[in-house]
Amino acid sequence: MDIPYTVEIRRDTGLTNGKIGIWLFLASEVMLFGALFASYILIRTGAPSWPRGDTILNVPLATFNTLVLISSSVTMVMAWASLMRHRFGTFRIYMGATILLGFVFLVVKYFEYSHKFHDGLFPSTNNFLAIYFTLTGLHMLHVAGGMAVNAYFWGPGAKLWKTNPEWFTNRVEHSGLFWHFVDLVWIFLFPTLYLL
Amino acid sequence: MSSTTTDHAADIDRHVKVYIAVFVALMVLTVVTVAISRVHLPVPIAVTVALIVATIKGGLVACYFMHLISEKKLILWVLALTVVFFIALLALPAVTHGNGFWIPEPHSDVPAAPATAPHQ
Repeated sequence: MDIPYTVEIRRDTGLTNGKIGIWLFLASEVMLFGALFASYILIRTGAPSWPRGDTILNVPLATFNTLVLISSSVTMVMAWASLMRHRFGTFRIYMGATILLGFVFLVVKYFEYSHKFHDGLFPSTNNFLAIYFTLTGLHMLHVAGGMAVNAYFWGPGAKLWKTNPEWFTNRVEHSGLFWHFVDLVWIFLFPTLYLL
Repeated sequence: MSSTTTDHAADIDRHVKVYIAVFVALMVLTVVTVAISRVHLPVPIAVTVALIVATIKGGLVACYFMHLISEKKLILWVLALTVVFFIALLALPAVTHGNGFWIPEPHSDVPAAPATAPHQ
């Protein structure tokens, strides 16, 4: 049985099911990260003293990672634009670049984490590191999840382009919305944890 | 963003130019964020400035990369509701902290509970 409203617009919502679905999912994600941000505020305001992030964390590496993630957002939206222009080859290049940039982000985070562990800094060390590892760890899981979905559309999932290009374009659009959300979360995490 | 691929190619080309402009703006604002942090402003001002810049950056991503600027009203309403709950969530620490109006101050005549249970 075919999945309904993958391409055609529903009369009641004016949207495809996939589009409304991904936005509802992102709304729940806002609340997930919101709960952790609220925890951060509660812990920080309740602490007698709080370290500046740049005294513990590596700001140049995090700045580099911010630029990497922003670049990946651009390549993601360009991948979608390529499909809209019926340029599948260009889509593959941009989607490949998005996956690669996500991988670079994770590698940099690996080095950051390794350095902290090497210095004996763990989530159990203090409240700052506990909230740092929780927030960035959850964000890293999202990056990894987004990469897995994007890799599927770059590889085996791309077969759909031959049989139903509009559906495939919509799928890439929804995957892109998630990826941009991950970028958006990092835009707030970066100054909150590293610079303040 | 349109959900179909019927958009005219010229329209997409125009979008691509916007994406590049937003990309440059995001890069510049990232550098601005780091530069401001080097000034070592007082914490309340530093937090305010950092959040303003982050909100501008987040707004650019949401409006142009996620195409909220041309999205259907239903999604905007869903997000508006999410923002209300999100703000309520962030405000919780403020209203429960110290003498927040939700949480009454503990009575001083009530003896504090022991930190650990006494050994039997």
